[in-house]
Amino acid sequence: MTKRDSKYEAGFGSDAKKDPVRVVFITKKTSAKVTGDAGPQLMAYPHLFIREAIVFMVLVIALVSVALFWEAPLEQLANPLLTPNPAKAPWYFLGLQELLHYFPPLVAGIIIPTLVVIGLIVIPYFHVNVQGQPLWRTNRKRTLWIFLATLFVLTCQLAYTRAWTVLLPTELVAGLMLYAYATSSRSDAPAGYLQTRPVSWWVMTWFITVAIVLTAVGTFFRGPGWSWVWPWSSHAG
Amino acid sequence: MAATSTVGGVLERLRQTRAWKSIFRRGPALTNRTRSLAVFGNLFLHFLPVKVREKSLRVRASYYLGSISFLLFIILAVTGVLLMFYYHPAVPQAYRDMKDLQFVVSNGVFLRNLHRLAAQLMVLIVFWHMFHVFYRGGYKPPHEFNWVVGVVLLIVTLFLSYTGYLLPWDQLAFWAITVGTNILSAMPIIGKRVRFESLGGNVVGANALLRFYVLHCVVLPLIAIMLIAVHFWRVQKDGGLTVREEPEGDDEKGL
Repeated sequence: MTKRDSKYEAGFGSDAKKDPVRVVFITKKTSAKVTGDAGPQLMAYPHLFIREAIVFMVLVIALVSVALFWEAPLEQLANPLLTPNPAKAPWYFLGLQELLHYFPPLVAGIIIPTLVVIGLIVIPYFHVNVQGQPLWRTNRKRTLWIFLATLFVLTCQLAYTRAWTVLLPTELVAGLMLYAYATSSRSDAPAGYLQTRPVSWWVMTWFITVAIVLTAVGTFFRGPGWSWVWPWSSHAG
Repeated sequence: MAATSTVGGVLERLRQTRAWKSIFRRGPALTNRTRSLAVFGNLFLHFLPVKVREKSLRVRASYYLGSISFLLFIILAVTGVLLMFYYHPAVPQAYRDMKDLQFVVSNGVFLRNLHRLAAQLMVLIVFWHMFHVFYRGGYKPPHEFNWVVGVVLLIVTLFLSYTGYLLPWDQLAFWAITVGTNILSAMPIIGKRVRFESLGGNVVGANALLRFYVLHCVVLPLIAIMLIAVHFWRVQKDGGLTVREEPEGDDEKGL
């Protein structure tokens, strides 16, 4: 501290004498690890806010135009004595309801959703996810065996429970993974891209594929008694 | 100032008034200093960064999905409060209020349509936001904690949507909630208890409607507002959006 600083201490000079003067104290461990320069920066006001305003206006216009003619459904007064068939949850839970068709409630309704939430939360805390090494780059043989064993167990389990709507998207993603493994010599569009994907990418893509298929099936392809119906054929419920 | 339009001139004079200056304090945002003050001198904007990377403003960097989620939340709060003026959380009055919205209240149908549409869209956009952040590697350090806050916000969004689902008290609402809460009782040991506490009884009835109403209109929005504030603030504190070092053109490369 230089002599010049004393003029800022006019009002509390006595305090300054007792306490060591330290304006800022930075250690490597406590400071935020901010990523370095990635291109030029702009002032948020106006560059960010004008874009947010445009997004807001477009959103409101789009919502109002749709809300003018797309009616929110309203059925008869709630009647505990009259169960509709099928009774369906909101669309974002229909994937779970589809799972309930195959697995006991404890598994489909409690264990799987809990595992999904825990899985999502811990993603950034696993080094393998942060590192993001391509799955098929190192230890190819070992990785392949682990993959095939996992796939075999999953396929047996899903086939045994006749969970076809889970099995199908699972095999689809597994096929893509094997395709990426088999085409390691090529680097054209889909193969070259898939080869660089890390394990976290594959797991998330598998999860999203299964979730979309289950939700779509639950929404459009399930009728009375949760039986398979085609959306274009008329059915009760 | 000679070339300013009439509106511009009026605004300019407004800026010179004592009242305006007492509210905003800073001068017109013509220099980077006053533009910075516009952000961190404002309670509602100080959660946001003063400077942003040019790359992170591009549409493909975020598709503005986080912004859209937040804006949908605002739209839902406004339409939700308006709907509350016409709604009683009682059986069967709740359903009659729906009918009133349909046939008695001016623009009642439009109001309900807008609220419902925005709610469905918010669930969709929040999911999309999370997946997009994942595929861009936005969860990586130093963004780990904000990812966790985001996952909790997703769950809060789902609960907000789900509790709102019961409020019309029609067949659709009643049986959707019955199906959903039946799953709760599958929880080992505490399942029946949890279901009883969330419904205020053993079946979906008047108590359940009141509980869902309070959760939907008070508890969950408050939690969401607090978490959104943390979420925004941490985006800024963690160094802004994740952007690539290489040119932004091929988005998913280099994960």
